[in-house]
Amino acid sequence: MFDKSAFKHERVCFMEVKYLKKSRDIKWLKKMSKIIRTDILEMIGVGKKGHLGGSMSSADLVTALYFYKLNHNPKYPNDPHRDRFIFSKGHSVLAQYAALAEWGYFSKSELKKTKTLGSILQGHPEIRTPGIEANTGSLGQGLSIGAGMALGGKLDKLNYKVYVITGDGELAEGQIWEAANAANFYKLDNLVTIVDNNQLQATGQIKKRFDLGDIRVKFLSFGWKTFEINGHNMREIVDALDSVDEVKGSPSVIIAHTVKGKGVSFAENNYRFHNTALTEEQLKQAKDDIANIEA
Amino acid sequence: MVRKKSLREAYGRELVEAAKKDSRIVVLDADLCESTMTCYMEQEIPQRFFEMGISEQNMVSVAAGLALVGKVPFVNSFSVFTTGQPYNQIRQGVALPNLNVKIFGSSCGLSDAGDGATHQSVEDIAIMRVIPNMTVIVPVDAIETKKVVRAVIEYPGPVYVRISRTPLPILTEEDTPFQIGKMSLIKDGSDITIFACGLMVYQALRAREALTNKGISVRVVNVSTIKPLDRETVKIYSQGVKGVITAEEHSVIGGLGGAVTEALSNQMVRVERVGIKDVFGQSAQTHEELLEHYSLTSENVIEKAEGLVKYK
Repeated sequence: MFDKSAFKHERVCFMEVKYLKKSRDIKWLKKMSKIIRTDILEMIGVGKKGHLGGSMSSADLVTALYFYKLNHNPKYPNDPHRDRFIFSKGHSVLAQYAALAEWGYFSKSELKKTKTLGSILQGHPEIRTPGIEANTGSLGQGLSIGAGMALGGKLDKLNYKVYVITGDGELAEGQIWEAANAANFYKLDNLVTIVDNNQLQATGQIKKRFDLGDIRVKFLSFGWKTFEINGHNMREIVDALDSVDEVKGSPSVIIAHTVKGKGVSFAENNYRFHNTALTEEQLKQAKDDIANIEA
Repeated sequence: MVRKKSLREAYGRELVEAAKKDSRIVVLDADLCESTMTCYMEQEIPQRFFEMGISEQNMVSVAAGLALVGKVPFVNSFSVFTTGQPYNQIRQGVALPNLNVKIFGSSCGLSDAGDGATHQSVEDIAIMRVIPNMTVIVPVDAIETKKVVRAVIEYPGPVYVRISRTPLPILTEEDTPFQIGKMSLIKDGSDITIFACGLMVYQALRAREALTNKGISVRVVNVSTIKPLDRETVKIYSQGVKGVITAEEHSVIGGLGGAVTEALSNQMVRVERVGIKDVFGQSAQTHEELLEHYSLTSENVIEKAEGLVKYK
């Protein structure tokens, strides 16, 4: 069922010709995030359910990771020194698929097959997909998996970092706080959590549905170093990603305030677009909206 | 009197020996290391022992992360807590990506007699067995336990092993072969075949003695790998006999009895299952009391065998 030949094609040329060098150029990063958002729309298409909201709210974070911060190279996907990125809120993986395809981990032609029978791009992340580092999607597990990787890095005295994006709704999972405690206890300063704080869970406003209180205070009380940024301001994102490098002796969390559906006018801050099929008109509108974003 | 030895003691000791030779091995425990006997690892190789607190879900997912960076993590707690509490973490985070995580369930079955139903596992084999990619092993004695430790390190993938709290009779020799996916014939016979695992293998052997005196010839097979089940051998040993009995310290649903009856579903043979009859355990002063109460003795096996022979 799983076609391994599918991602070999085009791989090297994408990587070497296009983006082998990562950049801190904010303008360029913004351009890349437009491409990521456009790709997300391609994957969602018309008439099929797709996780638009969370993919869009995390798109700038994912862009900054893959095109600025992460030490990764599709040519050496198993390099033990590479940084790891885990999308704990696995339903937003469309943003990651887009970034991986741009880097040439697999062919861009795979994107349109996302979530179709036999595709290497599943509805939630699986390690059989090139570039995916952990199976996630059952919410709450990604931070623990990241903590395990970070612990392994400490054991082997490797300098890689582990980045985990969680949702804010996901923080209701008790396991998150088990992991938060363990990461602090084992002083995992090579572990960074980024909370895609879009303030909406699948069924509505978190504050009204199941208020989580002050998540910054919560992480602080678990011994984490905390940062708070606008998750759509590329400069703030890259600055925060650099700031966490200075933290020693404890894990870090970047609480990124985001807008669910960011960039798509009718989906912004609208929980109904957590996982919804688009009409043809909506898709066209969405594409226009993204095209008009100032880069 | 048969010689008995502690399986968890053998496990704890063998794990240290294996870890000395293999730097990939890391051991995680959730505040039960003095019962699971991973305390030996903590004493001897503390830098590769991780106390994870009483948080089994996190422990399993951390183990998944460690496996993803090349470690061979051993996850430890009581059977009921390493299988039930983190079921989804095992399913999604370990088994689906087929990660090299070794899950050890200690104090399995009714062996934590005093603590009662909450600490006894009657369905752990069943819930691990239904997960794709999972291997399920029930060592029969302390000697086999050591071989299991070595075998699961060699085997690349998720494994669940259940270990009794109670010292069990030594039924194998140091040179008895152990291979994941194979069962071993302990005593041959022609009227009845008993497929047993764990402490019920000894009960099957006791039953065999009594049945032999009554003129009934009994074959006893130690099924230490419940999954993948050696279905071909199950079929071969079930041919030409008057009936088949399964015996396990586990629910009659979904465990060894379930696996064997599935394997024989298209065969013309009668199967009787000795096991816990779809009920929870309870507290008692001794493990033996519970085994008797829940019909897990040689007498129960004898009764089934006599019934099967009569039917023919």
